Amino acid sequence: MNWITNYVRPKLQALVSSKNEVPDNLWEKCPACEHMVFHRELEEQLRVCPNCGHHMRIGPTTRMKLLFDEGKYTRISLPETIQDPLKFRDRERYTERLKKARSKTGEQDAIQVAHGTIGGQKAVTAIFDFSFMGGSMGVAVGEGLLAAAKLAVEKDAALITIPSSGGARMQEGILSLMQLPRSVIAVEMVKEKNLPYIVLLTDPTTGGVSASFAMLGDIQIAEPGAVIGFAGARVIEETIRETLPPGFQRAEYLLEHGMLDMVVPRNELQETLGRTLKLLREPLLGEALPASGKGKKAASKAAASDEAKGSSTAESEKPAAKDEKSGKKPAKPEAERVTEQ
Amino acid sequence: MKHYLDFEKSVAELENKIEELRHLTSDSDINIAEEVTHLQNKAERELNSIYSKLSPWQKCQVARHPERPHVREYISALVEDFTPLAGDRLYGEDQAVVGGLGRFQGRSCVLVGQEKGHDTSSRVAHNFGMARPEGYRKAQRLMNMAERFRLPFITLVDTPGAYPGVGAEERGQAEAIARCMEISLGLSVPVVCVVIGEGGSGGAIALATGDRILMLEHSIYSVISPEGCASILWRSSDQSRDAAEALRLTAQDLDKLGVIDRLIREPIGGAHRARTETIRAVGQAISDCLKDLSDKDPDSLRKERREKFLAMGQKGLS
Repeated sequence: MNWITNYVRPKLQALVSSKNEVPDNLWEKCPACEHMVFHRELEEQLRVCPNCGHHMRIGPTTRMKLLFDEGKYTRISLPETIQDPLKFRDRERYTERLKKARSKTGEQDAIQVAHGTIGGQKAVTAIFDFSFMGGSMGVAVGEGLLAAAKLAVEKDAALITIPSSGGARMQEGILSLMQLPRSVIAVEMVKEKNLPYIVLLTDPTTGGVSASFAMLGDIQIAEPGAVIGFAGARVIEETIRETLPPGFQRAEYLLEHGMLDMVVPRNELQETLGRTLKLLREPLLGEALPASGKGKKAASKAAASDEAKGSSTAESEKPAAKDEKSGKKPAKPEAERVTEQ
Repeated sequence: MKHYLDFEKSVAELENKIEELRHLTSDSDINIAEEVTHLQNKAERELNSIYSKLSPWQKCQVARHPERPHVREYISALVEDFTPLAGDRLYGEDQAVVGGLGRFQGRSCVLVGQEKGHDTSSRVAHNFGMARPEGYRKAQRLMNMAERFRLPFITLVDTPGAYPGVGAEERGQAEAIARCMEISLGLSVPVVCVVIGEGGSGGAIALATGDRILMLEHSIYSVISPEGCASILWRSSDQSRDAAEALRLTAQDLDKLGVIDRLIREPIGGAHRARTETIRAVGQAISDCLKDLSDKDPDSLRKERREKFLAMGQKGLS
């Protein structure tokens, strides 16, 4: 039997697996309608299923390229925060889980903050990365939101938060719960300066993340089909022992119940955001520009000088190199990577 | 019939023995009186030793003890002229949140808290202290009232969490909680919050963003219940004990983490064994805090409250 196990089987496996891998990478199955979509078409469609319109999750990098004018933006490095404050361990150490998430995503934590213009309007985005521990919010994410708020104030820009998160990060216990009021404070900082605060709710926005900054937008936008809610559907089902109504906790359902302003398909997001921001910030067309709005492109370029620069083209699959100019910043994870699944 | 927790077995046995002895001896026998005193002392020592080293999981049970004093009991003992106020003016009245105007040590205040109820019918009426959006919106109304009339705002937190239900979701549970925090962080009157039993996640923090956050010694405050955490991270709710340890949800841990300002001692054997004493201690602590905050102007109250939350999460446990 030896020759079979040692020789034939690995050979067969190699054959079988390589045969499987090729179509896997080239074709992706839509999780909603099971339609097979060619990968290039899927990317062209911004990861929206051409058959049923299902919006698949996208990572922060893709999102930023999609939203900012000409795909240009500048990421900022986020403050370092305490690691594993509770020395938490379940079946696995929290530090191990963090390490894995970091090597998987190439990022320090589940949020990325960038600035640029959207429809010519200055904007700061704070985008959750669901692939980093389910986008869960702990101290680092809270700090990220605060940094984004401060940046928006500093740049006289609108703040756009884009949650995609299961909720608070259990492994940081009470400190993750404290990110709820802290994120609310971030929102208040922006509102106090009369800057627009917009929330773009993406799949999923649940738990503690929904019950804080994500529900306090001047304008609440959601992507089609996004799951949005406080309690998990399973928990509700177990509590009331009934099946849930169709479409429960989906973006369209929330819109119907008055919790959102609009549900906007991915390919219209940039235009919608740009137009809305312009309506809020330029009440008189052509005049009354915000005092510091001197030639927007120039402003964003100048501001970018000492920070890592985002790459621009959507088709660049390779990680863009770290910007050397950011040398004086201690935090490292500035390399651009496509993190979505 | 007294309710004993499973780790109180030894105390239960002693106290039952004392009862038995008392019943047996209508013809008073001096030896038996001595024996009773002896047993009582023993029971007290036993309680003392159990309660001085409660595990986090045991604390969860003490915090949820059915005989632990609840919000309405605190209010009736500490507040004069309590005038309950009802309704959110939007949809309904949620009795999971109790609130109103009253006089605390001679001073008008607005008080709000989650009431769990003490028997079957009141537990159902108060929905076991699990508020729906209406409860949180009633709280918002009362926060705004406190602001308008410049009255201190006092909250007593005791909830397993916000209610998970279809209607609650449809009416914006998440928004209601978020808005509570937004409003209370912006108040320019003193805000004192006391976790008196269970501080269950978002449902608790909606009423716990104040200038001072206090906790009773055997109360708990957590981002998720140990049962919920165990079923997610350990994939089995049998591990609740381990989850309770890992979550660091005790008042002592929160004190070390700098999340709470003050820990209020409970009498030996927990709040449920000495309700009056416990309530008095909580009253004293609130009074101290209000005194502390009374000469602060509106701007510094707001500013310091914000700074207090911004400073959280700098230090961990060693």
